[in-house]
Amino acid sequence: MTELFMLIAAKYNYCLYVILMMIGLYAMIAKNNLMKKLVGMNIFQTAIILFYVSIGFKHNATIPIIMGDHGHGGHGAAINAADYMNPLPHVLMLTAIVVSVATLGVAMALCVKVYQRYQTLEEDELRMRLSEKIKL
Amino acid sequence: MIHYPAIVVIAPLVGALIAGILSFVEERYAYPAALIATGISCAAAVRDLIYVAGHGPIAYHMGGWAPPMGIEYRIDTLNAMVLVLITAIAFLNLAASWPNIKQEMPDRSPSFYAMYLLFVVGLTGVASTGDLFNLYVLIEITSLSSYTMIALGDRDRGPISALNYVFVGVIGASFYLLGVGYIYIKTGTLNMAEFATMIPTLQDSTTILTAFILCIVGVFIKMALFPLHVWLPNAYSYAPVGFARIVAPLMTKVMVYVMVRLMITVFGLDYIFIKLHIADTLVWLGTIAILAGGVMALAQTNLKKMLAYIIVCEIGYMVGGAWLGNDLGLTGAVLHILNDGLMTFALFLAVGNMVYKLDRVQIKDLKGLFAKMPWTMTGFVLAAFSIVGVPPTCGFFSKWYLILGAFKAGAWHFAAALIISSLICAVLFFKVFEVCFFESPDTHDGHGSDTHGRHTTVAIQEAPAISLAVLGIAGISLIVVGMYSKTIVVRLIWPLLSS
Amino acid sequence: MKLLSLIVVCLTGGLLLYGTADLPDWGDPNAPASLHLSNYYIENAIRDTEVPNLVTAVLADYRSIDTMLETAVVFCAGLACFLLLRDFTPKKDHHYRHVPTGVILHVKNPDRQVIVGNEFEDMDKEWLPPDTIIKTVCRMLIPFIQIYALYVVAHGDFSPGGGFQGGVILGSSFILLAISYNLKYLLKRVSEKFLGILSAAGVLVYMGIGLAAMVLGGNFLDYEKYAPIFGEHHIRALGMLGVEIGVGMSVTAVMVIIYINIVSEGKHDEGL
Repeated sequence: MTELFMLIAAKYNYCLYVILMMIGLYAMIAKNNLMKKLVGMNIFQTAIILFYVSIGFKHNATIPIIMGDHGHGGHGAAINAADYMNPLPHVLMLTAIVVSVATLGVAMALCVKVYQRYQTLEEDELRMRLSEKIKL
Repeated sequence: MIHYPAIVVIAPLVGALIAGILSFVEERYAYPAALIATGISCAAAVRDLIYVAGHGPIAYHMGGWAPPMGIEYRIDTLNAMVLVLITAIAFLNLAASWPNIKQEMPDRSPSFYAMYLLFVVGLTGVASTGDLFNLYVLIEITSLSSYTMIALGDRDRGPISALNYVFVGVIGASFYLLGVGYIYIKTGTLNMAEFATMIPTLQDSTTILTAFILCIVGVFIKMALFPLHVWLPNAYSYAPVGFARIVAPLMTKVMVYVMVRLMITVFGLDYIFIKLHIADTLVWLGTIAILAGGVMALAQTNLKKMLAYIIVCEIGYMVGGAWLGNDLGLTGAVLHILNDGLMTFALFLAVGNMVYKLDRVQIKDLKGLFAKMPWTMTGFVLAAFSIVGVPPTCGFFSKWYLILGAFKAGAWHFAAALIISSLICAVLFFKVFEVCFFESPDTHDGHGSDTHGRHTTVAIQEAPAISLAVLGIAGISLIVVGMYSKTIVVRLIWPLLSS
Repeated sequence: MKLLSLIVVCLTGGLLLYGTADLPDWGDPNAPASLHLSNYYIENAIRDTEVPNLVTAVLADYRSIDTMLETAVVFCAGLACFLLLRDFTPKKDHHYRHVPTGVILHVKNPDRQVIVGNEFEDMDKEWLPPDTIIKTVCRMLIPFIQIYALYVVAHGDFSPGGGFQGGVILGSSFILLAISYNLKYLLKRVSEKFLGILSAAGVLVYMGIGLAAMVLGGNFLDYEKYAPIFGEHHIRALGMLGVEIGVGMSVTAVMVIIYINIVSEGKHDEGL
């Protein structure tokens, strides 16, 4: 049992991201209102971003910006890689955040269109209204 | 220095931006700009294919940085074939759909062309890139533009179908991203070729197994493999014609290409078939997909929905064929990517012509079309023969390789499903032909002409000439590609498998 | 339905949690992810590119095509909101307010075209005069926000920042103007045509830098090839700055386009 606790304590960031992702996935699948599904989608994508950023962390390391002697023109002391955090996950997640915002924008525009046509955002009502129409 | 791999992706992007600007400034020039952009892209793709068939793969380093520091675009024969398919269909569709786009959305067509070109950028990028994370960004460009364009179709159901597609598509793409994250955390690299060199030492790792499952499930969701196909029929039926004609042949097939690329280049055939024992399960899944797609297609009364379920069935062919585990099966699957793209394009061209004239394509509305639209129906018949698998159209040859591969691997269930689905497709299309040929068209008083003795001449009300010309090109290419199948297999596919 | 989703979600979560046993520990400096590629970036970015901010160096130089495609995604989102929602049908009912005196004219269903002089302002039925405190505070704050945004874009090389971050701040300053006053007030100053052309022009700046590098003999987006024109020193940092400016332009315009179209449901008459 203590082994299990030690394992969780050493890797708690992964447990956090899985829990957050499952909350988002549940909201996307089970909720009735389209806006709540959108929020769930955002939580889902944010959990994956959290996972990636947590990959780049190193204990006792600072942000990936090289300051002081080494910076900009000066070639002072050698740069120790263990002092700086991993920049690559930050870069990848900049892209992923922008993509998730763009998807949220497009999905919201689609929700506005649905609301303009049907005056409701509840999925069961929409299904009922659609099945009343002539089947195409 | 050959820059053609970059030009294939950049030309449509420049075209999209210029079309976007022109939609505010001078609307008339947006369409020619789009045509020129796709034309340049197609020419660059053809030149790449000729070069790669003769000299071997091209590796293009973006930004001048060698991989894995930078991103590389790697073109080999598999890529080059898919790129030619994508750009040729994009160019031909733009030419053929001009009347349809003008009919369906006259006030916003320049912006539509810009979005269309962004979709083409996404597809060509997915087919060219050699970097795992870049693949995710390109899949998202493709998805975003397709969500928008699907919502511009049917006024009642378009936005809802697009929203359902958004939710499912985001889950799929996010699973793929998570898989790439697991690969990165275990190896520290994002380059496909470099990961392939690292995988022999990592075969026992649970992380790599999880990464593989996540990536493959994400790709399966995007390619609409049964039972993850629920978004496809609504999305493709309610999309505008100009867009349905490019998304139906290409989107799912490019995702099948991604699956083949993950199998061959990234994870390697050794890891997949020797270490993991899921090949049998996936062949069964392919079989079930074929049968389910066929049965659901039989139940449809709308022609577009019927074709959408046939697409689900065809995806089953490709997934099952690729996972059979021998050269013949993989050859059949790759050849089928090319053939199915052409067949679906020809089918949707014909259906789009019908929509242009008739506006609704319930099967019972298609009475007497052989008389009213003879050229469209000729193209439709050719495409239907190709889907059923009648020689010398191309559909026969890919089915032949798939059946041979199934026999060699001992997968009798898969071979049986292939033959049964050919019969089901034959039944489906003959049902449509019966309505089109044997029933007389409705006359204006609504009673329809009676009996066989009377012979009324019906006026031909065909679609515009440009759509017919492109349909003719597509139909002829079905036969030409069929006759050249052996050449394609020997010169393009077998070098890929032996490397 | 909810029970089924709960079961699926718990199963997936359980499988993923089981899979975390093999992953490296939190913060381990010897994890494979922290060794191979990232060590190269940390140790060599200054020597290669003269840019201290490692994230910007990787984003705008080593993986620049990723950033270009991401800017294309942003452009696609703006174009999507415009394409889906924009409604060009003209209004039937018009309200005009005479600015000096405050008199309001209501013109219902005109059968001839109505032309008003410069002193009249087009408004909506629910128009309220903007609150004095909000108006004054926002009017004073907006220039500072914009200067800060330009600072963030320009200093992306040296401190946290860059094109995306600065673009969002600049876009939000325009949205603040729309919220504190009136959507029409913003649209009079920053027309829709300007925003549309700016969003495409931003990505074109990025592509232009890349294509010119191709013309000068290198691969796409190889900033090294500009050295004969601009000098050997800092050439990659200059290339990155140009690229970040393009990104900032595009992101600004798209943020405002998305806001305008969603808030007014495409009619561009009145927002929140």
